[in-house]
Formats: sequence, structure tokens, C-alpha cells
Amino acid sequence: MTDHSEVDTVTGKSTTGHEWDGIKELNTPLPRWWVISFYLTIIWSIGYWIVYPAWPLISSHTTGLLGYSTRASLAVELANLEALRGEKMAALAAAPLADIEKDPALLALARAKGRTVFGDNCAPCHGSGGAGAKGYPNLNDDDWLWGGTLDQIMQTIQFGARSGHAKTHEGQMLAFGKDGVLKADEIVTVANYVRSLSGLPTRKGFDAAKGEKIFTENCVACHGDGGKGNQELGAPDLTDKIWLYGSDEAALIETISQGRAGVMPAWEGRLDPATIKAMAVYVHSLGGGK
Amino acid sequence: MNKTVNPKDLTSEDDYGPLYAARKKVYPQSVSGTFRRIKWGLMAFCLGVYYFLPFVRWNRGVGAPSQAVLIDLPNSRFYFFFIELWPQEVYYFTGLLIVAAVALFLINSIGGRIWCGYLCQQTVWTDLFYAVERLIEGDRRERMKKDASSDPMKLERISEIVLKHSIWLLIAWWTGGAWVLYFNDAPTLVKELVTFQGPMIAYVWIGILTATTYLLAGYMREQVCTYMCPWPRIQAALTDEWALNVTYRYDRGEKRTSVKKAAELRALGQQVGDCVDCYQCVAVCPTGIDIRNGPQMECIQCGLCIDACDNVMAKIGRPKRLIGYDNDINIHRRQEGKAPVYRIVRPRTIVYSAIIAAVGGIMIYTLATRSLLDVNVLHDRNPVAVKLSDGSIRNAYTVRLLNKSGYDRVIAIDADGPANLTVHVVGVDSVTPDRPMVVIPRDSTSELRLLVTAPAESNPEKSVPVRFHVTDVGLGEVASATDNFVAP
Repeated sequence: MTDHSEVDTVTGKSTTGHEWDGIKELNTPLPRWWVISFYLTIIWSIGYWIVYPAWPLISSHTTGLLGYSTRASLAVELANLEALRGEKMAALAAAPLADIEKDPALLALARAKGRTVFGDNCAPCHGSGGAGAKGYPNLNDDDWLWGGTLDQIMQTIQFGARSGHAKTHEGQMLAFGKDGVLKADEIVTVANYVRSLSGLPTRKGFDAAKGEKIFTENCVACHGDGGKGNQELGAPDLTDKIWLYGSDEAALIETISQGRAGVMPAWEGRLDPATIKAMAVYVHSLGGGK
Repeated sequence: MNKTVNPKDLTSEDDYGPLYAARKKVYPQSVSGTFRRIKWGLMAFCLGVYYFLPFVRWNRGVGAPSQAVLIDLPNSRFYFFFIELWPQEVYYFTGLLIVAAVALFLINSIGGRIWCGYLCQQTVWTDLFYAVERLIEGDRRERMKKDASSDPMKLERISEIVLKHSIWLLIAWWTGGAWVLYFNDAPTLVKELVTFQGPMIAYVWIGILTATTYLLAGYMREQVCTYMCPWPRIQAALTDEWALNVTYRYDRGEKRTSVKKAAELRALGQQVGDCVDCYQCVAVCPTGIDIRNGPQMECIQCGLCIDACDNVMAKIGRPKRLIGYDNDINIHRRQEGKAPVYRIVRPRTIVYSAIIAAVGGIMIYTLATRSLLDVNVLHDRNPVAVKLSDGSIRNAYTVRLLNKSGYDRVIAIDADGPANLTVHVVGVDSVTPDRPMVVIPRDSTSELRLLVTAPAESNPEKSVPVRFHVTDVGLGEVASATDNFVAP
């Protein structure tokens, strides 16, 4: 910088020679303490390069002198978290399933844990609040394909349905149309008969006696007398107001023709037993349990 | 490169002098008198309250904190003697802040910066630090001489300085220590602290407050008032011509002259002022100003100049209060030969008092009538309603019950809405059908999941209001909350 001999009269300081609309810039250097701190941070950063992992190499990176890494510290923190929760989760694991809901503290813990795990694992199919969708049961209502007691819910979560697990729930809705068991007009008739079971309106001129005959011959084996369903086989109750795949005639015809076999994965092995327990309590507490 | 020119060397006509003048160290002289006694008294009171209040006990029963004033952050409770506040009741602090602010305005309109002069923590601690300094290093003249001395440090002087700073740090440390005691059980925390078992955060705060007390009261002193504190600027807008301020009564003081000359002139029957230009008012001033220059931003109105001047007036046999609490109106009135008028009741003071009474009244009323049982309801969002297999409709709610009292309660829950509602609390098998009962422990909240079902025949067409009543079965106390019952 050139030396400007011009001096500001008010402050007694020299100016930089810059002037805008008559306003002149004073030559005020950075304070020394500031400059020194700036240099110190540069020196400090060199220390950082050496002591901590910093430099990317072609296939790895420098590891630093302290052996510190964020990944390792995250692992430590997660382990600490597990240890912190260990006592409570152990209490949950030890408590009999039926007693958890009676203990407000355990119930709160199970519901909090269950809600989180549900959001991570179950929400994609059952919805974040367990409201379900077509083909995915609503867990808030009282209609349960495989049973709605705590034990039954836990079993379904553990082993799933048609999941391939050795203990899974088995049973499926046959494809009566596709497999050529029933003719198209028979399917329409039995669909209307099924609608009549739950008090839904039927097609004009529909032959109820014929429908009953077809139903008795083909459906009673699983759905039971009067279509009350069978939880052993996951066969839904056809007399209630809840329909997993829809209750209109077209949906029923599709179900009877094509069959249904929705899959619930088995969670045993993916989630630890205490977590599965917590989830069973959470799902039961949604309101649909029995 | 950068030539710094001494402003004194400049000859320009536009030279208004330097923009910033370096601070001149202030050496306030000790003084005795009415206002000094008031200040000692208030200092003892304020510091006494601050340092010892955490040790005051208050019996709240077994399992509850027994500290009279406690800010219990982990449990989100504030205890003040018989009052216990929950987080949702922080609006009491808003009320308290309003009352405090308006009280400050009221005092300001009556007696000027009484807060600054007597009660402000900066004033109190600076005053305390000055007292220590005076005790060890001597009064004004001695301190000035010691500071100006170019002699190499003598052992005596070094030990003086070390002693002074040690006592300052001790006071500062105790100040920080007292602060953390408000956030935990004081005797327990003291025991933990001295055995180095205390929580880290306590040591950190003690450290911070030790440092700030030491720096603000030991070094920055009056600079805090003049450069850091916004109050001097604000109070200028709050004061008016009737407010009593520490004032040099120039009607009585001018013209200044020496004692001897004044006596001579008085003997000749001539008019002379009482001020003898002894500079005692300047010597005692903790902010280093001359009150005779009129009201100044730096003046904290501590009244020490009044004491100093009174002492001089007593010595020269003139009436006291050449400097006193007064206002400009009265000075002019006296100059015109009229009697001074002191008016405390003015529209301004009436309005301030009314605001204080109103806000204070509302606070006392709400505190006295506040409910110790409360209920909050949150409707499930997903799904909002569920159709059951028999055609009935169920809505689920998250209900939070608050029991602010010091005893466990048995609470019954009812819902008013569509006909024949049934209410079920998850995890509770109620003895009375459709009226679930739960126990809520003392001083706590309980979150419940509530399932409300309307039978098929009374299914509402659309959303209808539903009202929840929670009743203390023993006392009959009821709290209610309204939500909606939604049809799918």
C-alpha cells in the first residue's frame, strides 16, 4: 500500500486514500489480538490435520495420531444408550406379556418403544397409525384374521403369515375362477350370497338358495357355517362390517376368482424378543385387541 | 505506513477533538451519612437474601423438595414458599416481569434512578468490592498515590494487591456458588461441591459467575453503567419534570466561592452561594462525575454526594442539602421566591400504580383459584375414526391428566357426546362399567389412551363435540376438556 500522507482531522488518523461521495476511509488496521488469534487458529488447524483423521488418500484416509473416529465414537454412544436403557428393557423382557398392560410404567415404556419400532418396520404396510389399507389390515379395529389377543398378536408378529417361517400362519383363499372350480355365473351368485351374509344389498334376481348351495359346497370348509370365519386358517368373518379387500360385488368377484394370499413377514430374528413384546403390547393398545 | 497524529497537533478549525476518550480511573472516597447508611443497610439485605435464601427450608411433605425457593429444572418445577408452578404456568413470570417493569417506572417517576443507586446488582457488588479495596489499600488519596507511585514493587504493596484480589475472588466465588444453590437442594449440593462430587454443570456455572462478578465489580465498575447498561438511556424517557433526582441546588450554591470570601461577602450583606468548591461531591462519586453540572447519564443517583456535601455544610455552618433529592421546577420556583412543591400523585404515577394493582390482582386471583387437577385431550390423527365389526364407531384419544396436588388421587373419567358412549382406558379394567378409574400419583402427570365407542344405532353422521370430565372421586373436584367425536 502506498503511504497516504492525508490525515483525517477529527480522528488524527491517516486515510487509505479511498473516497466515496466525500466520505473517506480511515486506515484502521485489524487489531493485533485479532490477527494473532487468526494465526493461532491456523497453527491449531495444522495440529488437527495430524492428530485427527483428515487427509483422504486414494483408497483410505489418514487415521490421525489419536485413533479417534466419529464412527467409533458413535458406536460407543449407541452402546452407552443401550446400557442406559438396558435395565428398563430387561424389565420388559422379563415381565409376562399379560402383566405389562397392568403396570403403567411398563405399559408406557412398551407403547413408546412399540410406536418407534412400528414406525420403522410396520408403517410402510399398515400405515403410521396402524390404519391399514386395502389388503393390509387395520390394526385399530376389532376384526382379526389370526386372532386379536395379546398372545395371538405376538405370535403373528413373531412368525408372520405365509412368511416362509417354519411356524408361520398358513392358509389361503383359493382362486375358484382361475382354477376352474366355479363358473363365472356361479361366482357372481356366491358373491351376492356373501354380501347378503353381512346385510349388504344383493343384485336383483339373485338366487339365494343357489348361492347358499355353492357356499356350502366350496366355502364352509374354511369360512365356517354361516361364514363366521376361522382364525386358525386366517379365514375372515364374512358376516361383519369389515372387509380387507373391499365388500362391493366387483371386489368380491375378484377375490373369489383370483384368490388372496397376503404376506406378513416374520419378525423373529430381525427384532429382539423384548422389542417384539413391546410391539405386541403397542398394537394391542391401539384398540383393536381382544 | 499508518501515521497516527496526535489530535493536539492539529490546527484545523473543524477539529472537535477525539471521538473516544480513554477511561479515567475513579477513586471514590469513603463517606458517611444518611444515604451511605441506607446503602449499607440495603446491601446487607440484598446480599443476605441472595446468599442465604437457598438455605431456607419449607416443609412440603415426604418426597417433595424441602427448599423454600427452588428452580427444579430436571423435573420442570418452580417452588417459591407455598407456591409450586408447573411449566405451563410460566405466565406467572410474565406477570411478575410486567409488575417489576412498571414498578421500576413508578419508582423512576417518583424518585429517579433509585434502582441504579441502591438495588442494582452492579451497584451492590461494586460497592462491596470498593469497601474491600478501601479496607486494604486505604482511602482515595492513598490509593491514588500507590497507583501513581513509580517505585519498584515492594513486598508490602504486592501482599496488599494479592490480598485484595484474593478477597474479591472469594466474594465472586461465593456469588457464583450461591447462584447454583437455587437449582438444587442447597445443603446436599454444598456437601457435593466441597467433596468434588457435584455435577459438572454446577462447577461450570460457579466458574462463569465467579469470572463475571470479579470482572464486572472489580474492573469494569462504572463502565458497565455508562457503556453496557441500557437503563440510563431508557430511564431518560421515563422520567419527567416532577421526578425527584439527586440535584445540585444551584439556586443556593451559586456563585461558588471560598469559605473565607463567602464569610466576608456575607458580612457585607451580599448574596453568595453556599458551594465552596471543595470537590468533595466529585471525590466520593463512584462514577467520577460532577453533579453540579446538572443531570448526567452517568449519574446512578446513589446519594453519596449528598452525604459528602452535608458533611461539609455542617463543618462550615451552613444548612444541609445543598445537594439533595429535588427537581428543576422547585429550583426555579425558589429562584422566583415561591415555596417548593413536591407532587407525588400525578397522572403518570396513578396509571403506573393502577397497572401494578391490576396485574398483581390478576396474578393473585389466578394463583388463588388455580386448578390442581387438569386434563388435556388429543384426538388420534391416524386413523381419526375406526369402524368396528358390529358397525359401531370408535375414536381414540390421548388424555393427559395433571395432578398438581401433594396427594395421590383416584380419578374417574366420563365422556359426554353421542348417546350410549362407552369409554375404555387401555390397561385399565374398570370396576364400574364405562367409568374407568385411574390413580394419579401426587405432583405428576399421567398419559392415558382412551377408546371411546359409539354403538351402531347412535352413530353420528359427522363430527360432533365430545366432552371429557375427570372427577376426583374423593374430593369431587372436576376438570373438563372438549374434543370431537368423528365419524369415518
